[in-house]
Amino acid sequence: MRHTISVLVENKFGVLARVAGLFSARGYNIASLAVSETLDPEVSYMTIVVEAKDEKVLEQINKQLNKLIDVITVTDFTKKEYIDRELVLAKVNYSSKDKAKLEAIFRKFVGKIIYHKADTAIIEAVGDQSQIKQLLEVLSGFGIQELVRTGRLAITN
Amino acid sequence: MNLTGSQILLECLKREGVEVVFGYPGGQILPTFDALYDFDGFKFILTRHEQGAAHAADGYARVTGKVGVCLATSGPGATNLVTGIANAFMDSIPMVAITGQVPTSLIGNDAFQEADITGITRPITKHNYLVKDIKDLARIVREAFYIASSGRPGPVLIDLPKDVQVAQTEFIWPEEPKLRSYNPRYDGHPGQIKRAAKLIMESKKPIIYVGGGIITSGASAELLKLAENICAPVTWTLMGIGGFPSLHKQSLGMLGMHGTAYANHSIMDADLIIAIGARFDDRVTGRLDMFAPGAKVIHIDIDPSSISKNVKVHIPIVGDAKQVIAELLEGIKHKPAIADWLEHVEALKKKYPMCYKNKDKILPQYVIQQIDELTSGEAIICTEVGQNQMWAAQWYNYTKPRTFISSGGLGTMGFGFPAAIGAKLGAPEKIVFNVAGDGSIQMNIQELATCVENKINVKVAILNNGYLGMVRQWQELFYKRRYSYTPITSPDFVKLAESYGAVGIRVTKKEDVKSALQRAIDTENTVFIDFLIEEEENVFPMVPAGEAINNILGGLA
Repeated sequence: MRHTISVLVENKFGVLARVAGLFSARGYNIASLAVSETLDPEVSYMTIVVEAKDEKVLEQINKQLNKLIDVITVTDFTKKEYIDRELVLAKVNYSSKDKAKLEAIFRKFVGKIIYHKADTAIIEAVGDQSQIKQLLEVLSGFGIQELVRTGRLAITN
Repeated sequence: MNLTGSQILLECLKREGVEVVFGYPGGQILPTFDALYDFDGFKFILTRHEQGAAHAADGYARVTGKVGVCLATSGPGATNLVTGIANAFMDSIPMVAITGQVPTSLIGNDAFQEADITGITRPITKHNYLVKDIKDLARIVREAFYIASSGRPGPVLIDLPKDVQVAQTEFIWPEEPKLRSYNPRYDGHPGQIKRAAKLIMESKKPIIYVGGGIITSGASAELLKLAENICAPVTWTLMGIGGFPSLHKQSLGMLGMHGTAYANHSIMDADLIIAIGARFDDRVTGRLDMFAPGAKVIHIDIDPSSISKNVKVHIPIVGDAKQVIAELLEGIKHKPAIADWLEHVEALKKKYPMCYKNKDKILPQYVIQQIDELTSGEAIICTEVGQNQMWAAQWYNYTKPRTFISSGGLGTMGFGFPAAIGAKLGAPEKIVFNVAGDGSIQMNIQELATCVENKINVKVAILNNGYLGMVRQWQELFYKRRYSYTPITSPDFVKLAESYGAVGIRVTKKEDVKSALQRAIDTENTVFIDFLIEEEENVFPMVPAGEAINNILGGLA
């Protein structure tokens, strides 16, 4: 099962390697990872989506993360109310007659065209897991040439 | 007044109370060795290999409870420390390892003798630092000592580029380190302690199971009081040896793969396990789903990640063993002895005593017993890894903490001899033995020069059976006696010791064991005693890997 964890860490070199190394050394899988500075430039915020087969693994991940000296706090979102979002950029096949079709899609689903040329459009979408999933299913009908995603960001509400 | 980075480092080590540093010079640590040349703030011991320096620092830390310090150059000097650092990490030993590094301008350029040692040691240190700015150096050294010695201790590495060693700045001794992200918890949760006390009072078949945490926190006196107040038998892990007096009537000795049969049977029959500073390692639990099926578990440990890692815990208590036991004792004045349970344990002791069959040749168990007798259980016994280690664990009656010095978690052959050097420097008044095999001793035998040069008086009892004995034992029992690369030749250990300026004694007959040991003890020099022992003697009892711990081979009278 996938779980979302956020980790506040000291913004020092090598911290990302410590966190990533902890996962690889113990055989845990990272599904996505997003890192950036917070309001306090000395602190970074990581949103990590992990695969954990049971509660015990998740508990170990939490405890092991807490053991790292540079980790300030760990928040497991599993039992919390939270908002999560992901940004996706998709390069899809495009022709001028698709314009109306895509616009119809974007009335129902998240996303917009941010660039297009004769045969290609780039779609930008921000949404939660299921919104992004639905959008990608619809877009796959056009033929997705390339896809980049930020990984999940999450914040408690 | 301005000081160089090297001078600041040495001044900080001195102010941290460092008495001795073990190490080896080299190109990128030259400025620090130059500063050492006329520095008299602590003793420096030149080992003959950086691995020896790391293990010696480790042995010193285990005996004294203080932080062990080792110093090496960049690249190969640093990578040679790696085994020693990993060893300290697995056994939660406080250590600060300092390495030279190529100048900051060259880092990442594959410079001569460059290795990314902070990257390499990330998973085997509690924390590590690359010092990029001399202004951070004093603070980093203070933090390193604080982190290494607090909470669950462990090794911390400081990588010090050459340009930082020669740079100059004003020396300011920093305040006590405060880290917002690191606050070890020492006192137990009062509610949990109350619940634990209740469970203990209700239990009919309690057993206390302790590990290295008892030694680290100095909780032996509290443990003894707890055990006596609740009339519970006590068993321990390899790392817990010495935490409880082995001749006490409630003692069950070591449990697990080579533990006593009665300890293993007792814990399987218990209805309550009070685990303190132990981590339910696979060598202890055997097959996990069959381990102590009827027992509830109270687990006291300073490291939350050790709790509920392997077994289901009913009452977790995060805290320091000494403090938590003291808190627990406030809620438990006296629990009456439960006769049925204690009689059952006594019967197990009678039914499955520790024993071995006498043979014509010298038996290793007998050698250890003679060392015990001659030193009244008061010596410091270091060990290598393998059969020698298990015999030393089983047949010596340890009476005090910090007297059994052994590589528990990592199982590092070559640990014992350099560790004995550190142990002797940490406790010069004690007799220090290294119990070795003919295989292990050859892994760091170069440290004989360190002993002789510095007049470090350690006794090395080589249990010489011509085999890598523990692997041979597994081959005998589980690989149809196919002795693949376990027969091993050795140099003439007597001549070898003599060539270094130490003393060598060879013992081939049982009746000479005691007098040879006595002669070694009386000799004011390092002594190698080469005991030619029964070649295919096995360590029993033994629980095969992956079996339930009451499925025991051998050791029956």
